Amino acid sequence: MKLTVIFINIFALCCLLFALYKDKVKTKKALIIALRSSIRIIPAILMIILLIGLLMGFVPENTIAKISDEHSGFFGVFLTALLGAIMHIPSLLSFPLAASLLENGASYAIVATFIVSLTMIGTITFPLEIKELGKKVAILRNGMSFVIAIIIGLIMGAVL
Amino acid sequence: MNGKMKEKQKKRLIRDWIFLGVSIIVAGTLMLIFPDKREAITSASSQFFMEMIWILPAVMILMGLFAVWVPQETVVKYLGKSSGIKGIALALLFGALPTGPLYIAFPLASGLIKKGARVSNIVIFLSAWACIKIPQEMVELQFLGAKFMAVRLVLTIVFVIIMGISIEKITEWQNKKTNKTQGSEDNESI
Repeated sequence: MKLTVIFINIFALCCLLFALYKDKVKTKKALIIALRSSIRIIPAILMIILLIGLLMGFVPENTIAKISDEHSGFFGVFLTALLGAIMHIPSLLSFPLAASLLENGASYAIVATFIVSLTMIGTITFPLEIKELGKKVAILRNGMSFVIAIIIGLIMGAVL
Repeated sequence: MNGKMKEKQKKRLIRDWIFLGVSIIVAGTLMLIFPDKREAITSASSQFFMEMIWILPAVMILMGLFAVWVPQETVVKYLGKSSGIKGIALALLFGALPTGPLYIAFPLASGLIKKGARVSNIVIFLSAWACIKIPQEMVELQFLGAKFMAVRLVLTIVFVIIMGISIEKITEWQNKKTNKTQGSEDNESI
């Protein structure tokens, strides 16, 4: 088993035990919330896992690597940021999806840009954001998030 | 409002299950048409499924604990009045702790602005909420490794702070220029 798995589970277990020690009623409430959100997210998880399977099965092994190599510069990262901005999937699921792209040969720059853009920019929720925060802040936030997604991606591509 | 939200969630859940059903059918037919791909598809899917299932309960339990121990009232109470480095740190922390999709944070942020919270802190709060949540970082650690997670976390924090401060400066500068208050209408959705 991976060390990460053990670490994550021990961390969660410690938090849970501490919570139980602090307040049983609150902890029970937390566990009910956990169960409820699990049920809510399970179909989306299964869908992404299926999608990853299809991606691995049908996209020839070198295609993504090739595209990633050919457009490894600014243009590829820009397109990825655009794709991440349009896509609307739970942020928790952006990581397995990104990992599958990485396994298929995508560059670190592309994968990092994809994660940041996917999580920070919401085109579907944009009208709600305008309504709540005003046009100016909403446009600036999404626009600048787009730019920093590209910058973070390019830096990570250079560093990793 | 609660009942309405519950109904919406129920609808979304049903929609998700329908989507899942459709994708299972699509994947199944594809595997029937291309039997030689079956092996690759199922092995990739089961590999990612196993990786997910080993950490999902832990991630969900942490989310539940945060949801109960860091309620929205706490966030509003502390973030509304802090500024400076303390404000930035709190915005990052309070963005990273509570759970839920980003659109839940918008009304919260709007309420905070009305209470006098700084625009920079709100933008930092929203960005932290979007992409550096603790349970989310655990999934990133699992799938992309410690190095990737750490570098992205540091870079994200740095740029999010720069973004927050820039947006505040731009809005202030524009407000001064046009010298009229921004007409954010009162909404009934909160």
